Amino acid sequence: MQHYNMNLTLKVWKQKNNKTKGGFETYPVKNVSSEMSFLEMFDVLNEQLVSEGKEPIAFDHDCREGICGMCSMVINGRAHGPWSQNTTCQLHMRAYKDGDTITVEPWRADAFPVIKDLVVDRTGFDRIIQAGGFISVNTGNAQDANALPIDKQKADESFAAASCIGCGACVAACPNASAMLFVSAKVSHLALLPQGDPERKSRAFNMVNQMDTEGFGSCTNIGACEAECPKGISLENIARLNREYIGSMMSGSSVEGTA
Amino acid sequence: MPLNSKIPAGPIDSKWKTYKATCKLVNPANKRSLEVIVVGTGLAGASAAASLGEMGYKVKAFCFQDSPRRAHSIAAQGGINAAKNYQNDGDSTYRLFYDTIKGGDYRAREGNVHRLAEVSANIIDQCVAAGVPFAREYGGLLSNRSFGGTQVQRTFYAAGQTGQQLLIGAYQGLERQVSLGNVEMHSRHEMLEVVMVDGVARGIIARDLVTGKLERHFGHAVLLCTGGYGNVFYLSTNAMGSNVTAAWKAHKQGAYFGNPCFTQIHPTCIPVSGDHQSKLTLMSESLRNDGRIWVPKQKNDQRKPSEIKEEERDYYLERRYPAFGNLVPRDVASRAAKERCDAGYGVGSSKMAVYLDFGAAIERYGKIEANKQGKPNLSKEEIIVLGKGVVKEKYGNLFDMYEKITGENPYEMPMRIYPAVHYTMGGLWVDYELMTTVPGLYALGEANFSDHGANRLGASALMQGLADGYFVIPYTLGNRLADDIRTKAIPTDHPAFVAAEKEVSDRINKLMSIKGTESVESFHKRLGKIMWEKCGMARNEKGLKEAIEEIKALRKEFWSNVRIPGDIDEFNPELDKAGRVADFIELGELMCIDALNRNESCGGHFREEYQTEEGEALRDDEKFMYVAAWEYKGEGQFELHKEDLNYEVVHPSARSYK
Repeated sequence: MQHYNMNLTLKVWKQKNNKTKGGFETYPVKNVSSEMSFLEMFDVLNEQLVSEGKEPIAFDHDCREGICGMCSMVINGRAHGPWSQNTTCQLHMRAYKDGDTITVEPWRADAFPVIKDLVVDRTGFDRIIQAGGFISVNTGNAQDANALPIDKQKADESFAAASCIGCGACVAACPNASAMLFVSAKVSHLALLPQGDPERKSRAFNMVNQMDTEGFGSCTNIGACEAECPKGISLENIARLNREYIGSMMSGSSVEGTA
Repeated sequence: MPLNSKIPAGPIDSKWKTYKATCKLVNPANKRSLEVIVVGTGLAGASAAASLGEMGYKVKAFCFQDSPRRAHSIAAQGGINAAKNYQNDGDSTYRLFYDTIKGGDYRAREGNVHRLAEVSANIIDQCVAAGVPFAREYGGLLSNRSFGGTQVQRTFYAAGQTGQQLLIGAYQGLERQVSLGNVEMHSRHEMLEVVMVDGVARGIIARDLVTGKLERHFGHAVLLCTGGYGNVFYLSTNAMGSNVTAAWKAHKQGAYFGNPCFTQIHPTCIPVSGDHQSKLTLMSESLRNDGRIWVPKQKNDQRKPSEIKEEERDYYLERRYPAFGNLVPRDVASRAAKERCDAGYGVGSSKMAVYLDFGAAIERYGKIEANKQGKPNLSKEEIIVLGKGVVKEKYGNLFDMYEKITGENPYEMPMRIYPAVHYTMGGLWVDYELMTTVPGLYALGEANFSDHGANRLGASALMQGLADGYFVIPYTLGNRLADDIRTKAIPTDHPAFVAAEKEVSDRINKLMSIKGTESVESFHKRLGKIMWEKCGMARNEKGLKEAIEEIKALRKEFWSNVRIPGDIDEFNPELDKAGRVADFIELGELMCIDALNRNESCGGHFREEYQTEEGEALRDDEKFMYVAAWEYKGEGQFELHKEDLNYEVVHPSARSYK
């Protein structure tokens, strides 16, 4: 693999806090190595800004290996940038060439208010989990793990849904800012397992309700969420959520408590 | 103060049973008026907060990330150990206990480690019940794989994302307690001080990282579940935000720091590519199940790996350690890689890397698959296609990650790997009940020092985090709080809270007022370079003495020349980082002092002066079979206390994996 250096122009969303209006600012970045990650390029830019006495750009990040779900940038209009099934932190600069201009924005959704610059508030996702994204089992209640065999295919499907990292790219990519892919991934993870069965009706109903309360939009089957999801969470999960939701409505047991 | 580890009397396999049968209990009504603070929401913190909430305690949990689900336990890849013996291959609680004590090079406590092995099986049961989708066989039962330092298959896993699945399980349990009102969650908050009232930890000062405001929180007890301090090396596999600040504040309030120099350097990480590098990425130890590690037999060989014939390759781990081969423990594998690279056999452009090769595994799996499909006469190319499919199913996410970072396809050419800082065995000293030397202040998970001795075995960190949170602290905390039921919640206008908050606020103001010229990041990098070069994979007296002086000078420079942009009362990541780096600098000095004091080599601590003729670590059990517990005595001053380690069951011997 040939490595190279490049000069870039960055147009980045700057916003002091959620009470002020934001806007784009333009920054030249020089001598970026193709081996850097996208966030390391931001580190270099921020170091440069600090040395010039300017304020660095705030962005969320933590593990930098694509699993914590904290990084969240819309890059040239795409959540997590141009590579498929990838997070911002795993995007590397060999995706770009000398002279490129790159526009970087925060996740945009009413339910994800901007905290500062590229940092948004995603606590709505936690509240959706609180509404039912769990199995009610207290510590110490469990039977032997192998007492309950689970069909490998079902377990694998459940795992695929559970690999959601809760980053919110699905919401950022959706023109309606819907959180259906996120909610459906959790509902699927638990509905596919026998352990999740006792609460499946109240779970689907209550999580969807909370999603609406948070102000996420409706699903109109566009599929942008699946296309931009860094973990390849499938749209089939949304179909399953719809079945689960209808099932809970029909049974009339939906309004019961969750825990 | 003499150290009392409070290990229960009696035979090793009845200590924990006796403890549980005799510890004090708190009745449900009283639990409702007892408040517990949990700092950190990784495996230890989330499982503790959820379990204590279920039991009825009033819990407040804190994390610096935007959600408790982001804690760095999420990034653990390979698996979690448990003595289930589902594979019928000779495993037992005793074996897991023995392997862990030996793996830790006889520097861990027998009592704690046996308890860990005992509860390991319950953890798997609990996680499955909570919906963790572990890998399964076609018969629907759980699958296992091998990890380093063991000869059985006891590792449970979920592809290369075991930590993620376990943390999500614990997180969901935590969020359930939040919805029930038993846990109050404070995300984007950082703990900056322990509040002491009459010599007991009674709360914390936390900073809201969005508004910059300081907050006072009372608790009858405080649990630190804040992870390890590997980022003292700047480059590590830790998350960018992982830090020692909470543990360090506790240390300065009187909690002894145990074995700070015991650091785990993980053998299989993607090598450094340049000065811009911000973190290192692990390639799971599970890859050593199937990957073979080698370097060319010829020094400074410039050829591509595919052009180097089988007989020209040195599979140095298989050569040096035939009994365990590529699955020797991490410290051994790391040192062996360093030895080859230092001797001039390294590969890649930096020459500081070795190959991890899946060629043989791909062919082997391909043949098995061909037989399964009833096609024994396939060509080699066709077999390789089948084999790649099998390897993809086992390790696909890791291979993808490697390709994204390096731009190279590991299905076609061997991975280049090199050791990197990964885990810290050292941490706050705790007794059997996980309480530090500060009454009412506990440390769980990687934040404590207790279970892994001088080297942690793979897939044991997840086990320990969940053991502490799910199955240990629910008992040991009650044993203390049973005597605290008459203590009313202390109002946070108490002078101790006021004074602690002022302390924090003064420190922040001081940092902001320096207005120097050098960035926080730059100081952190400089500290990391000193630590890696002089307190890293190999240490010696001269280097450590130099490092101590250099760190002292760096601390001075930091406090007179750091530049922090922005304001205090706003979202200011540079300020957050400045506080953490200031603490890392102080910790770095203590690590070097500890490494200098320990005139022996054991586990991950390798002092060049103390090695066998074959270059293996040479322990000195006569003089150093103790836990070094350091007491803070003012800036740069630390007093050593020793907790002697008594081996009643396992007889320490030279650790051999040959």
